[in-house]
Amino acid sequence: MMPSVAEERRAPRVVGVEFPFGHAFGMPGDRSMQRQVLELALRVLAGAKAFGTRVDLDLEWPVPLREAYRLWQPKEASPIVKLLLESGRPRG
Amino acid sequence: MWAPFEKRLRESRIALLTSAGLYLKKTQPTFDVERERANPEWGDPTWRAIPAGVKPADLAAAHLHINDEDVLADPEIALPARLLEQLAAERMVGSTTPEHLSVMGYQERSLEGWREKTVPELVARLKDQAADGLILAPA
Repeated sequence: MMPSVAEERRAPRVVGVEFPFGHAFGMPGDRSMQRQVLELALRVLAGAKAFGTRVDLDLEWPVPLREAYRLWQPKEASPIVKLLLESGRPRG
Repeated sequence: MWAPFEKRLRESRIALLTSAGLYLKKTQPTFDVERERANPEWGDPTWRAIPAGVKPADLAAAHLHINDEDVLADPEIALPARLLEQLAAERMVGSTTPEHLSVMGYQERSLEGWREKTVPELVARLKDQAADGLILAPA
């Protein structure tokens, strides 16, 4: 998930998946997808030879991007998002 | 920080850490989302230990930045404890730790409480459980 963020945070080993927030291992109920992610994470954990190793898993999310983005959003905007919307300023 | 992984995977004990804000709904306090609502730049830096054999129905989630419907329907998408047990039974990994770890993914920018208290406590817990490796799952 967001492997570029993990790299910025200097994670020593990264498995990259383009899944929505809250779905690090895949779709609910999809054991095959979840297993592919966890197995790769374990192999990268044990097999990476250098800091910053990143391996991307090329699995397509089975929901169109726009709909997936809508679905992972909380039903109510988070407090920081509300604050930023009210103040009209970007965070930081 | 880099640490080489020196054991063979099939001889290693593996732990999971999720930042989906999972907790045991009958026995653990929720993450403090009310304080976050009052102070939106603050995030609860505490953590919860989740037994490896936890039943999905025993879990709740407290995370104001994601839709938690899917993770409550199938917690394996954030904390694949059952799948890891299966991989241990198949000898891909040696074993799982008796407990996995859960935090809430939205944190204060300074990360002060996180650095000074949370991380040392998490590391101590992992050492107590003789974990050889940790899989982090962000949310």
